[in-house]
Amino acid sequence: MSNNIPEKGQKNLTRREFLLNMARTVGLVSLGGLVWSAYVDEVTASSLLLRPPGALKEDDFLSTCIKCGMCVEACPFDTLLLAKPGDNKPIGTPYFTPREIPCYMCPDIPCVPVCPTGALDQSSVTTNGKLDINVADMGLAIIDNNSCIAFWGIQCDACYRACPLLGEAISVEYSKNERTGKHALMTPVVHMDACTGCGLCEKACVTEKAAIFVLPREVALGHAGDHYIRSWDEKDEKRLENATATTTTTEISKRSAIDSLNDLGGILDD
Amino acid sequence: MISKNKYLILRRFTQIGIMALYIAANVWGVNILTGNLSSSLFLGMIPLSDPYAALQMFAAGAVISADLLIGVAIIVVFYMLVGGRAFCSWVCPVNMITDLSNYIRRKAGFNAIQKRQPASRNMRYYVILISLIISFALGVTAFEFISPISMIHRGLIFGLGFGWAAMLVIFLFDLFVLKNGWCGYICPLGGFYSILANFSFIKVSHDVDKCTECMKCKEVCPEGQVLHMVGKKTMKVLSGECTNCARCIEVCDDDALNFSIKKFIGERK
Repeated sequence: MSNNIPEKGQKNLTRREFLLNMARTVGLVSLGGLVWSAYVDEVTASSLLLRPPGALKEDDFLSTCIKCGMCVEACPFDTLLLAKPGDNKPIGTPYFTPREIPCYMCPDIPCVPVCPTGALDQSSVTTNGKLDINVADMGLAIIDNNSCIAFWGIQCDACYRACPLLGEAISVEYSKNERTGKHALMTPVVHMDACTGCGLCEKACVTEKAAIFVLPREVALGHAGDHYIRSWDEKDEKRLENATATTTTTEISKRSAIDSLNDLGGILDD
Repeated sequence: MISKNKYLILRRFTQIGIMALYIAANVWGVNILTGNLSSSLFLGMIPLSDPYAALQMFAAGAVISADLLIGVAIIVVFYMLVGGRAFCSWVCPVNMITDLSNYIRRKAGFNAIQKRQPASRNMRYYVILISLIISFALGVTAFEFISPISMIHRGLIFGLGFGWAAMLVIFLFDLFVLKNGWCGYICPLGGFYSILANFSFIKVSHDVDKCTECMKCKEVCPEGQVLHMVGKKTMKVLSGECTNCARCIEVCDDDALNFSIKKFIGERK
């Protein structure tokens, strides 16, 4: 980019030079802007990241986190890490990998109050004016029934024992082992309302690659939408108010409904 | 020798000292200065925050917290007093890399071969503008996701990863491609502090009566254009692009350059 603003002592630009310089600036700015925004858009697209407790929704988190690392310094277990260049994660933001070091759910949550920008929102981990790690929502544990050995019939309750909310976030259910006919299957079940996503279960899991693992809630959970309502649940019925479509878009058949069982298609006609 | 380099030694001391305090906080839990150059907490209670990062957050639509605002206010007031780009030459660790490039450039005589630098120093202000537009459009702090400055200071404190590549790129770019290329042409953080520095008080002043026009100051200055008055006119270096690095003061054998305090009004570029 050549000088497009004349500096002291520089001779005045001709109109042609001025216009060319302007055009060159526009070209460079758009090229730079395109590359830059494309890159930023890509690196912030990673959705499989577990954030510290109290983190805002990922979109808001990315705009609010200033990448100072104070949550990382506050963490006494070295659970939290700052994404480095080359980690393929949004650079400079805090995350944790439970299989390596899970969140040990400190009752005083040292990582949250130190956040200078509110990207870790203290109010989201507070009940009745007191910090409460049990309401944290870092993710949700998911069980792969195929590789979980408890579902094979081998007795294992490592995840259940490791869970800091034992019996609430993970419980063990009994069923009959149909293969042997005389044994019980004792299989773990995750309760999504109680699970904080701390990952202690994932850390404890005995299989080579964890059969129970934590995913961010947006990744782990589906969304039924407002077309399906639990009519027997008064609270759920309220969601009807969100339903927006009032007209049906598929055309209703013009033929009148017929009793298909009595309509034998004329095969009995003489 | 030492008196000829006293500001340089002081600058290296503050640059390395500040990084050492951050590292001590992270590694040994010595909490004098925690966090990093983006945002930190001094003595466990005084928040300090990067105003340019906060500006991008604002553009990205983030809710700005009270702590952040206080931290930004402290930093803005501080650099308005000591000279905006004092950050660049007294704090920023990238300065040590670009100074090394410059040193090699001078010693190897590259500057004599590449006399004209085919770029505009106003580029950095365009980079600020683009960063704010991208922040607004994508809802993320655009420069903070590519900033080699952050990669380097964060890397030194929390683990480098591929951050060494950022160091190497800046070093080679400044050495071979463009003299003072990163700090003097591209870096939007330097540009931001340049704007801020237009309001700051501590400035280098030039005394033309003492000047023998040896031009050692212009040779060593990373922002040569700010010394346009050397040998011509007695006045202060009022451009915000001056980093207050004091190299010109040190190399001057005639005592024609010194620090001074700008008057509140009546001095113009």
